Amino acid sequence: MKLVRLMAAACAALPLLNAQSQAALEAEIAKLKTAVAAAQTSGDNAWMLTAAALVLMMTGPGLALFYCGLVRRKNVLGTMMHSFIMMAVITLLWAAVGYSLVFGSGNPVIGSFEFAFLKGVGSAPNTDYAPTIPHLTFMVYQMMFAVISPALITGAYAERVKFNALLVYSIGWAFLVYFPVAHMVWGKGGYFNAYLGGAIPVFDFAGGTVVHITTGISALVCALVIGPRNGYPNEPMKPHSLVLSFTGACLLWVGWFGFNAGSALAANGLASSAFVTTHLGSAAGALGWLIAEKIKMGRPSALGAISGSVAGLATVTQGAGFVSPFAGAVYGLAGGLICFYMVAIVKNKFGYDDSLDAFGVHGIGGIIGATLTGVFATNVVNDALKLANGQAAPLGLVDGNSAQIGNQLIGAVVAIAFAVIGSYIALMIAKITCGGLRLDAREESQGMDLAIHGEEGYNLEA
Amino acid sequence: MVKKDTIWKPSAMKKIEAIIQPFKLNEVKDALKDIGIDGMTVTEVRGHGRQKGHTEVYRGREYQVDLIPKVKLEMVVASERSEEVIGTIVKSAKTGKIGDGKIFVYDLGDAIRIRNDERGDAAL
Repeated sequence: MKLVRLMAAACAALPLLNAQSQAALEAEIAKLKTAVAAAQTSGDNAWMLTAAALVLMMTGPGLALFYCGLVRRKNVLGTMMHSFIMMAVITLLWAAVGYSLVFGSGNPVIGSFEFAFLKGVGSAPNTDYAPTIPHLTFMVYQMMFAVISPALITGAYAERVKFNALLVYSIGWAFLVYFPVAHMVWGKGGYFNAYLGGAIPVFDFAGGTVVHITTGISALVCALVIGPRNGYPNEPMKPHSLVLSFTGACLLWVGWFGFNAGSALAANGLASSAFVTTHLGSAAGALGWLIAEKIKMGRPSALGAISGSVAGLATVTQGAGFVSPFAGAVYGLAGGLICFYMVAIVKNKFGYDDSLDAFGVHGIGGIIGATLTGVFATNVVNDALKLANGQAAPLGLVDGNSAQIGNQLIGAVVAIAFAVIGSYIALMIAKITCGGLRLDAREESQGMDLAIHGEEGYNLEA
Repeated sequence: MVKKDTIWKPSAMKKIEAIIQPFKLNEVKDALKDIGIDGMTVTEVRGHGRQKGHTEVYRGREYQVDLIPKVKLEMVVASERSEEVIGTIVKSAKTGKIGDGKIFVYDLGDAIRIRNDERGDAAL
């Protein structure tokens, strides 16, 4: 309204201004420009703050519920704490140094300390990344990605890890895996950030490589190093409440709109495109998993439907703002089918205990998404990358850029290498400083809730 | 502090324990009420007899579930009524399919009403 009034005033003033000085006209135009910018900031900031909150909701309660329903009753609180504690620890770590190490301009592998303890991060935008929203909004939005990432990994070692070891590992993981990989793909001067001076372009819209490949591969390393739960696979370890998992999965689906559509960093058409692409991905993921399950197991299960939707979402994340919306359905279908195969067939063949399938869903989904983005990324949807002559650069194979699949795979391989080496080192640090990674056998059989926290999730007699 | 006239006299009582399908509980309870049995204890239990359990599949992993939910009814009746009670339970709990459950009958030593020390038949 303010804008309309201003424009009306400007038009009414025009004949007058002919007689007046040129300076007055310029002053009016400058005023108008400020008003337009303020209006855009207002709209973009409203959406980005909402998106940040949506991504936090994915960790708690989304992921906390999704995971806690999949464990046995005695571990329900401990499992929820695995997610929730990241909301406390990683939040502070990110504000202290994490944000700066990822988004500060440093070398191609890691950022700098220029924004340490939020120095210089205020309401003025950081024009390198998001010119229309306050720097603080950008910082807090990216924080939520750093929070959910180590929480995703916890699915691999659920029901047996020591609490202090989990904390040491997760902090070490942030420094050794997340901060460098996120800087390389998204940070200024990062090796894979074609927009800000990177050498090799890797298109990762919302974290397919940064979040899902790193966490999924790290999950596999954790499952192998920490070892299976006592009694696995002979003792029954059924999910204790798929109702909780269902609720969590639905919250993840909704929160993912903040994750993917928010990665447009503005309330614009690209955000709408990413929103729809994401939604189609989740829907096709659920169907893909169910179809595979019906064929292999004879029945379409509720757990299959929600697992498929999460797999579809993890898969579509990388391409969400680079591909045309219907390609999202291809991502989802591929994610649903292949992740089912990894989780239900391959895992049981190899016998590793990735308890809640963080590797099978996020690692595999992330790799599929990275690859497909090399095929489907198109400047029809995202024309931010320009050639020297100012035209939009061809992105994926559909734009005729056949080299991009290889670039995407290089990005994936580097992320995998960081995840394997970084996770292993972080685990060893945790093992030495905490006197082991696992609960002892008696504590494990008692359950994390009583052994670690001295509480029970369900006091039915109380 | 047991009153003289309530001192236990041997009397024939039976304890009847019936394990039935949970969904038959209301029918059995109503049928027992109709023949004047108004005291019983009901417990949710798990177990299996000749009926095998079922298989559940979570993300491709199969779980054999052997112990299936049942309901256990316990009641004590005068011996002369026991056949009538057993007949009523069998009639109302039967579906004719495997898994209908079992009835166990015991001779009972004594019964005491805590409120007023009544014993034997009088306590039922």
